[in-house]
Amino acid sequence: MKYASIKKEDLGKWLEHMKKKARVYVPKKKENQFIFRPLHDVSEVCLKYIPTILPPKKYYFPQKEKLLNFEIEPFKTSKAFKEFEEYILFAVHTCDIAGIQCMDIVFRETPEDPNYLNRKDKMTIIGIECLEYCDKYASCASMGNHEPRGGYDLMMIDIGEKFILHINSEKGEGLVRGVAYIKEASEAEMASLERVREAKKKVFKEEFAAPLPKIYEAFDKLFGSKVWDEVGKKCIACGNCTAVCPTCYCFDVYDDLDLSLDSGTRYRIWNSCQMDDFAKVVGGEDFRKGRDARQRHRYYRKFKYPVDKFNRYFCTGCGRCTRTCMSGISLIDTVNALATEMAWAEKAH
Amino acid sequence: MININRELLLEKMKTSPYKPMKGKIIEARMLTEKEKFFKIELEDKIELGHEPGQFVMVSVFGFGEAPISVCSSPTDRGYFEMTVRAVGSLTNKLHTLGKGDVVGIRGPFGNGFPIDAMFGYDILIVAGGLGIVPLRSLIRYIMDNRSDFGKVDILLGCKTPQEFLFKEETKDWMKRFEIKLNCTVDRADPEWQGNVGLITTLIPGVDLNPTRTYAVVVGPPIMYKFVIVKLLEKKIPDHQLILDLERRMKCGLGKCGHCQIEGVYVCQKGPVFRYSELKKFKGECHEKAV
Repeated sequence: MKYASIKKEDLGKWLEHMKKKARVYVPKKKENQFIFRPLHDVSEVCLKYIPTILPPKKYYFPQKEKLLNFEIEPFKTSKAFKEFEEYILFAVHTCDIAGIQCMDIVFRETPEDPNYLNRKDKMTIIGIECLEYCDKYASCASMGNHEPRGGYDLMMIDIGEKFILHINSEKGEGLVRGVAYIKEASEAEMASLERVREAKKKVFKEEFAAPLPKIYEAFDKLFGSKVWDEVGKKCIACGNCTAVCPTCYCFDVYDDLDLSLDSGTRYRIWNSCQMDDFAKVVGGEDFRKGRDARQRHRYYRKFKYPVDKFNRYFCTGCGRCTRTCMSGISLIDTVNALATEMAWAEKAH
Repeated sequence: MININRELLLEKMKTSPYKPMKGKIIEARMLTEKEKFFKIELEDKIELGHEPGQFVMVSVFGFGEAPISVCSSPTDRGYFEMTVRAVGSLTNKLHTLGKGDVVGIRGPFGNGFPIDAMFGYDILIVAGGLGIVPLRSLIRYIMDNRSDFGKVDILLGCKTPQEFLFKEETKDWMKRFEIKLNCTVDRADPEWQGNVGLITTLIPGVDLNPTRTYAVVVGPPIMYKFVIVKLLEKKIPDHQLILDLERRMKCGLGKCGHCQIEGVYVCQKGPVFRYSELKKFKGECHEKAV
């Protein structure tokens, strides 16, 4: 079975069914925003939501993660391994799935990160395809992430009274097999899927002023652009943009001593390249001084460096950095300013 | 979907790259007021197996972890050595440790000096301040494989005579006829009889054939800018000019992001680079000559 369908009224039943198999994390409303939380009551699940405050990265790359336990005297380290339970991320947007794919590449690159791989191993992803924009901050069409591009076990597409389920892995098939109210999609349903996808093409338009290869070229040429001065002047170095980014993974390592002072735990915690001391060495030299240089670094880590290294953009187009920025730095505006500068430079030639 | 080999994963988790080995301090002494020398034996007496120029992550539990250069040569068997300046909380704590104490060691990490490529070439070593620490691993390696290399010149520079590290060893090096060693200090004291002036003043006097020479430079960022200019004036080719960079590091695995210069993780691609590689950086490499 490649495509299945489920009636909307049966979704609750299906969630209860999955809850018995694994821990399920779902989007829920929190004041006027949304967050991923464990499923308790199916009535809390929000399928129409703008990107959650934090991406689901908090489950596979937690803010604070134990690396090992240690004892000081005599010197001893514990096995830095914990068996995790199976978990299901439910109703994940395609932009966030793209984020998970980026993290996979980073943490699978040699030397591999077993902590990440272990969590990833237990993860099942059920995506949901957006049929309209969440808000004006998204740039998913330019990034090519408004449509499913793999990286999930099941994908849900709303075709009116039913959801089509695209089955993309054995794990995914396991969640629909033998469930009486999930049936193989009929021809009529597949035709509706076609219509929905056609209609979607009229809704999503590239948000950037130039196509992606042009944007890459602009980043390649405009390292010294005034755009970075302006972004730097606005930035207050709070680090919100990196905390909410589904592809930011920089971390710090620190030791927490127990009260006895002879044993403790080593953790890794999220860190941000926007922090003043991020690239400072203990001798005092700061290798990325200035908010302009640090913001530029963040952008280059989305649009330039990973493209050179992995042939993949690390901006998913989710728009979180713009949504959360306290000083109104907009990703779309910044990228467009670069594209415009590039166009002018080309004209001048 | 990614396919994870469960057995391999479990095997890897047992030997997590974040888990330090036990390193026993078998010798420790102060070299100057600020720098302490440590000789370390790994558990089960296994060899570190490093290349000259690589580094290890040293843990003192409760204080954290920091990248430290290995200052012994891989030809020194059964132990390795490091020299640490007390500057932060971890290094100050390290200074309180002595013989018999245990630290955590991860590594070796990074790319060392390109010893295989340097085979058969003349070698010019330029060490400023603490730069002699990683360079000692190379100098000792060259000494032990002396016939593999051509002419060897060593230039040493420090702010004051008190700051010279490995004084006894340096005196031995000076006595050897097959290497030429020259020292200078920025500020002399009454007993100092050698050169006075920045290390750059020693470079014009070195007799070298640039295409046959590898120049290896290690020192503080400010020193690189000026030394590189002098060496380029001497017509040393970019790819034969080798530098060793210092950066903040938390993992050594090319993940945590602190050591990044533009798209490059120093802990993986470096800390040793050829100038031809550094030249490509657009503006984040402080060591690049202006």
